[in-house]
Amino acid sequence: MNWQSWLLWGFVATIALTTLSAGAQGAGLTRMSFPEVLGLAVTPSRDKAKLYGFLLHVGLGLVYSLIYVAIFESAHLANWWIGGLIGLAQALFVLIVVMTLLPSVHPRMASEHYGPTAKRVLEPPGMMALHYGVQTPLAVIASHVAFGVILGAFYHLR
Amino acid sequence: MTRLPLIYPYVSFADGISAIQDYAAIGDCRSVALISRQGSMDWLCWPRLDSGSIFGAIVDRFRGGHWSIAPQGEFRAEQHYIPGSNVLQTLFATPDGRATLTDLMPVCGEDYKQTAVVADRELLRELQCTDGEMIFEMDFRPRPDYGRRPVRLRTEGALGLRVDLGRGVGWLRSSLPLQVEGDGARAQVRLQRGGVLQYSLTYTEEAPAVLPALGAEAHAAIDRSVQWWRGWLTASQYRGPYRNEVERSLLALKLLAFAPSGAIAAAATTSLPERIHDSLNWDYRFCWLRDASLTVRALLGLGYVDEVESFVSWLLHSTRLTQPKLRVLYDLYGRMAPKETILEHLEGYRGSRPVRLGNSARDQFQLDTYGEVVEAAAQFAEHQGHLDRTAQRALIGFGKYVAKHWNQPDRGMWESRSGGKNHTHSRLMCWTALDRLLRMEKKGLIRGTPVQEFLLQRERIRHQIEERAWNPALRSYAKVLDGEKVDASLLRIAWHGFERADSARMQATGRRIMERLGAGEGLLYRYKREPEEGAFGACGFWAVEYLAMGGGTLEEAHALFREQLGFASAVGLLSEEVDPETGDALGNIPQAFTHVGLISAALTLEEQERRRAERPKDRRGHDFGESAA
Repeated sequence: MNWQSWLLWGFVATIALTTLSAGAQGAGLTRMSFPEVLGLAVTPSRDKAKLYGFLLHVGLGLVYSLIYVAIFESAHLANWWIGGLIGLAQALFVLIVVMTLLPSVHPRMASEHYGPTAKRVLEPPGMMALHYGVQTPLAVIASHVAFGVILGAFYHLR
Repeated sequence: MTRLPLIYPYVSFADGISAIQDYAAIGDCRSVALISRQGSMDWLCWPRLDSGSIFGAIVDRFRGGHWSIAPQGEFRAEQHYIPGSNVLQTLFATPDGRATLTDLMPVCGEDYKQTAVVADRELLRELQCTDGEMIFEMDFRPRPDYGRRPVRLRTEGALGLRVDLGRGVGWLRSSLPLQVEGDGARAQVRLQRGGVLQYSLTYTEEAPAVLPALGAEAHAAIDRSVQWWRGWLTASQYRGPYRNEVERSLLALKLLAFAPSGAIAAAATTSLPERIHDSLNWDYRFCWLRDASLTVRALLGLGYVDEVESFVSWLLHSTRLTQPKLRVLYDLYGRMAPKETILEHLEGYRGSRPVRLGNSARDQFQLDTYGEVVEAAAQFAEHQGHLDRTAQRALIGFGKYVAKHWNQPDRGMWESRSGGKNHTHSRLMCWTALDRLLRMEKKGLIRGTPVQEFLLQRERIRHQIEERAWNPALRSYAKVLDGEKVDASLLRIAWHGFERADSARMQATGRRIMERLGAGEGLLYRYKREPEEGAFGACGFWAVEYLAMGGGTLEEAHALFREQLGFASAVGLLSEEVDPETGDALGNIPQAFTHVGLISAALTLEEQERRRAERPKDRRGHDFGESAA
């Protein structure tokens, strides 16, 4: 494995993913913000949550990129389209599995079964995160495919 | 056998369906059911209160579906809630016996859910014969998706009855065996004193169904639910003379709160008419931003900070997709409410067609919503002493939008479907938005406000209202700029602190509103229209606040408040409107706007009483009247 290349392009791909997510949110396509959701798991302050969440998101992005790199190395193949395909698979995993599980593990997120207690403040994302806006799945897929494309295109096999 | 005296009122029908005020609501902060005084569940939407109905007899006796449990033959009945709870009891009496039907959606704390398997959605009905001997009939006729989807029932032995309800599955369990008859189930049972019968209906869409145990466990669920509601109610800080009414309104409001997101629905039903046999029928199962400031005022005034935090968080973060523009209403998850459609196959409540789904007000342009949201956030921020930066940016964004667009015609708070006008109330709320933002900036709660611009625009709005909304010939503020008609929303001018209630103009406006819009017995129409609709419940409470704040005397305000309370249903619920001729409830029920109106009026009365005790000669308006200037 090419550690230097992983570190560099894993970081770049994560920043691209974060930027695209924030851009989609800013453009009014979705209310989904991975960094904010992650950050609110460790602090109730929305202001601090963004910073902590950003750092966590970068860390998680690097961890995820390791899996991409492991696939590239085992297949002896790394290019933009295989990276994009893995990104698509990851996006679907996130939308279908992670979003459904999130209310069970997130300390400040309600679930569909939550209530009548009113303490937590984050609404559940729902299937495919559709509660955060109908265009959320598109935004998540686009940002993860971009993540995979960057990693696949620029990672140098060992 | 001894013949028992008939102590409860006769059960009456009009056109074969109960009067709106004869329905009581139960719920679990995710869904709501309505149960008539005859023991018939005629409205239930699952899994959410804005989902398709499973029981909808209230909007169609034949196709809507119902679940009734009632004595055979003629009987009398009355309803009440177990004190301090949303657990309903219907008391039946016949010459041969008496019985109590307890209805609830079981609730519990999140801690309990960590220790027990709890059904996603459950309805529990327990019937107990308390005296003599009675024969009861149970009729279970689910009709999913407003009666549009077929229903299949299958007996599964001791597990109960499996009910395929389209996207989800229901299980009806009973302490006695059930017999399927076509697309429903019926039972006839003789109960003697002490005899108990239990039914549990559960529903799930996504996971394996949970089949709760009956018997002692079901009874424990009832006790647990009563304790949960009572525990929740202990946070109420209201100690005034209208405690029962305020607490019932609070419990009704809580039923309309959607716990997973923090949204509060305007009402639990669709298309209960504002005029019987007419078409003023709307779907209110969404969250109207118009209700925001009064809702926060009511909950915060009673000490429910968690609910307010959830609601304000929902207001500011669920509306992100449209910010800085705000829609009039959103669905329970902050998405655009569905397009308005008509359910042609339903006859409507007592023939009041059409039955509508969705609400076309979603596409309207209303400027008052900005003031409502900013005012709500300001109340919360001033209580908490801080506001996060995202919220600050959102609020300033609303302020900039208002500063740019306040001079435009809009549909107004009553959502006129006949085009935009320059509504005085909308101008007032634009003024309120800028005023509260300036006040928050002054208090250091927000930073980055374009102070000079907001000051300038706020003064322009004030000037316009004073010059063009005041009609010297009418001797009143008018509904629209340069207009000649009054509107009950003008009573809010003092509440929002634009002008003192005891000013000459407000006193004259108050008199003109009472004179032109009074419907008798303290009721007020919101505005004049032909033919008349019912008197608008919330407006009566606004009049109480106007009087209490200096528009009249506190004694007058108390008297008017007591008159308004007389129009609540037997269990204390309020709908949107009241028929001035008959006193019957009209419109969707329970209605959040009316209940927050009641709470706000009770709080204002209490505040003004306190002020009078402290400073007998002081007749100033309440705290929200404090302007940033």
